[in-house]
Amino acid sequence: MSYQRRASPLHAARATVGAAYCGALILAAILTRHPLILAAIGLAVTLAALSAGAGRRVLRSLRYSIPMALLVAIVNALVSRNGLTVLARFGYFGPFGQVDPTLEALCYGAVLGLELCVIVAACALMSAAVDPDELLRSLRRVSFRSALTATLATRMVPLLALDSRRFAEAQRTRAHGASRAAVMRAITANALDRALDVAATLEVRGYAAARRPPRARRPRSRHDLAFAAAATALAALAITAAATAIAPFTFYPTLHGSFGSRQLALAGALILIAVAPHLQRRGIER
Amino acid sequence: MSAAVLALDRVSYRYPKATQPALDAVTLEIGEGELVLLAGLSASGKTTLLGLASGVVPHFHGGRFEGDASVCGRDLRDAGPAQLAEHVGTLFQDPETQVLMSTVRAELAFPLENAGHDATAVARGVEEVALALGIEALLDRATENLSGGELQRVALAASLAARPRLLVLDEPTSQLDPVAGDELLSLLRRLNEEWGTTILLAEHRLERCLGAADRVIVLEGGAVVCDAPPPDFLAWAHDAAPALETPGASLIAGLGLHPPPAGVKAARATLAANDLLPPAAPPSFATAPRPSRRARRHAPLPALRFSRVWHELPGGRAILAAVSLDVAPGELVALLGRNGAGKSTLLRHAATLLKPTRGTVTATGRVALLLQNPGAYLIHDQVGDELPRAALEAAGLGQLISRHPRELSGGERQRLALAIVGADDAAVICLDEPTRGMDRQAKADLAAELRSRAAAGAAVIVATHDPEFAASFATRAVLMGDGRVIADAPPPQILAGGWYFATETARILGGHAGALTADQGVAALTTVTAAAPAA
Repeated sequence: MSYQRRASPLHAARATVGAAYCGALILAAILTRHPLILAAIGLAVTLAALSAGAGRRVLRSLRYSIPMALLVAIVNALVSRNGLTVLARFGYFGPFGQVDPTLEALCYGAVLGLELCVIVAACALMSAAVDPDELLRSLRRVSFRSALTATLATRMVPLLALDSRRFAEAQRTRAHGASRAAVMRAITANALDRALDVAATLEVRGYAAARRPPRARRPRSRHDLAFAAAATALAALAITAAATAIAPFTFYPTLHGSFGSRQLALAGALILIAVAPHLQRRGIER
Repeated sequence: MSAAVLALDRVSYRYPKATQPALDAVTLEIGEGELVLLAGLSASGKTTLLGLASGVVPHFHGGRFEGDASVCGRDLRDAGPAQLAEHVGTLFQDPETQVLMSTVRAELAFPLENAGHDATAVARGVEEVALALGIEALLDRATENLSGGELQRVALAASLAARPRLLVLDEPTSQLDPVAGDELLSLLRRLNEEWGTTILLAEHRLERCLGAADRVIVLEGGAVVCDAPPPDFLAWAHDAAPALETPGASLIAGLGLHPPPAGVKAARATLAANDLLPPAAPPSFATAPRPSRRARRHAPLPALRFSRVWHELPGGRAILAAVSLDVAPGELVALLGRNGAGKSTLLRHAATLLKPTRGTVTATGRVALLLQNPGAYLIHDQVGDELPRAALEAAGLGQLISRHPRELSGGERQRLALAIVGADDAAVICLDEPTRGMDRQAKADLAAELRSRAAAGAAVIVATHDPEFAASFATRAVLMGDGRVIADAPPPQILAGGWYFATETARILGGHAGALTADQGVAALTTVTAAAPAA
């Protein structure tokens, strides 16, 4: 929800195309478990974010996703019973039962964590570089009720974040502490009130009687075409790679995957396709 | 009836599950081009009547509706808020929940798109309303980065984008500082005068907009108790509802003069016609002299001391810049200044919610801080669960223990929140904008409460935008600007000589004798008239 208009090729593309481009990067990350390919997609997202002036934003998202990724890796190593290369024998350990972490489980968890980081980074890129209002407007043409829900949700996120900060601050100034459960209940009740206020505003702005918006006759720019082509190519390549198992990687019972020329070529192609539309900087202010 | 923009005939309305009607047999008509002020104490039915005009009552809230109502010629039974949106623009109190889109341009385009206009018409409509309201520079700004005043202007522009015939506004200035509030009110005046937009405005600070109104409708318990032009309303309020009387009208009535003035200009004219208008005092920018080092050394220890306190953001911007301030036990300090001047930050430092980047804050005892929204403190379903019974009894809230906190009046909520932050045994009590949305009676009650706590030895420091409220309780006024204390003096020195931070009485009398309230004004002018024959 931190979209800011900037001078970049991704910002210059229409919102639906920008969203499709980020969606293709997310799809590519979901369809592979090969660490090299995931790293390549991660690099592509980073380069795209830098080109769109959203590097800081994507970096900030990693502050939350990296601890989560580490947690996934550790928990998987502790709870998974798969893998043959035992790293240590901790014996019987409370709720986890017999804990014998294996290299394979640790690697699988780490790759899942990497995938999480890449997906979160791509989402952060989308939220920073794709105009949500334009996207919702386009969505309204397709599905009115979904757009209404999305509009409410879009507005509620920053509003509730603000309210939560206010509640937290208020609790710090109480003479006597309050139970967390009571505070959470109050925040939830407040969220419902706020949702009602936002819904009332939507009503008085005529959203409930909105007609299907006329199609905006906006000529396709070279950025629209470039990012649409990149999104299509990324999705096609990712699906083909998954279907034909160009970059297979198995974790159990032992780690098995290749890092040969085909995988390197796939990684290079994904990066190249993702970065190519950002190179069209003619007319973009510096 | 047909020319009326809003016509109500014996309209009664009861919210779902409510035992009392919010509107009770209301009959009124508002004609094209009128600017009507809706007055009344809290919970008198103002918001419900405005909701009726925009269609959210009863269509959005539900409930039981009786009588006949038409808005812009459409029967309210058939037309809901969405159908009325083309004819009625609505602006609620809280700007945060009224801006839906992420950029200002998208926000202004939203109602036009909903009305089905094509892209060219939308672009033109956005441009025109932005220019008309002077917010063209904000068009490409992200709405999450706007200040409260800017948000409210954008919300007003969005409600005007579809060129409505009727504009309904529910206390639109309650969240704004005097500067932003006055700008908004002058905009409304311009809309009404230049474009003929009919305006129905609910506002507690009547003195700020009475001069522009054609009519005042007063609600009490959901019923219309007065519907008259401003001078007649003021004459009625003097006898029947003193809490609604403006300070200017109280001043003129206190001097036994007529007619009651609807604004500063009319009050001055009445005084001039009776040879009572004092000569304009020269502008005074004096502040209290800084006590000598020796005097400071021998002064009793203050209850709260800020010693060269800085609050700097990571980027380097200073929110507070070397603020030094002592507040003595029993002192009542009004902290004034525009939005962003640093008032709230200073209070947060007092309560150690923030840590100075440089300097120190010391207090002799516990500091109780009540933040802007008392609702954030009320987290249980019953008042009795918020605090032990003894504490509620001590706060005078013993009889409310079985009530839900949401059912309390603004004043009761404020008292309960004060008890929750432990104001009873605090050495310092800080309040951040406590009068938002409060009616005059509730403000008077709060001022009395603060005075009694100061009399018991607490140092009281209140950040406020409301000069009338500051004049009613403070023994000292501190004016802040850009994170610095720019004036620190007794209230008459600051509130009698300012333009924005001045009470209505002070503006009428031009700062004469430092009179801030109507009673002080009457006393000052009575002294003048009593002394005149002797001279």
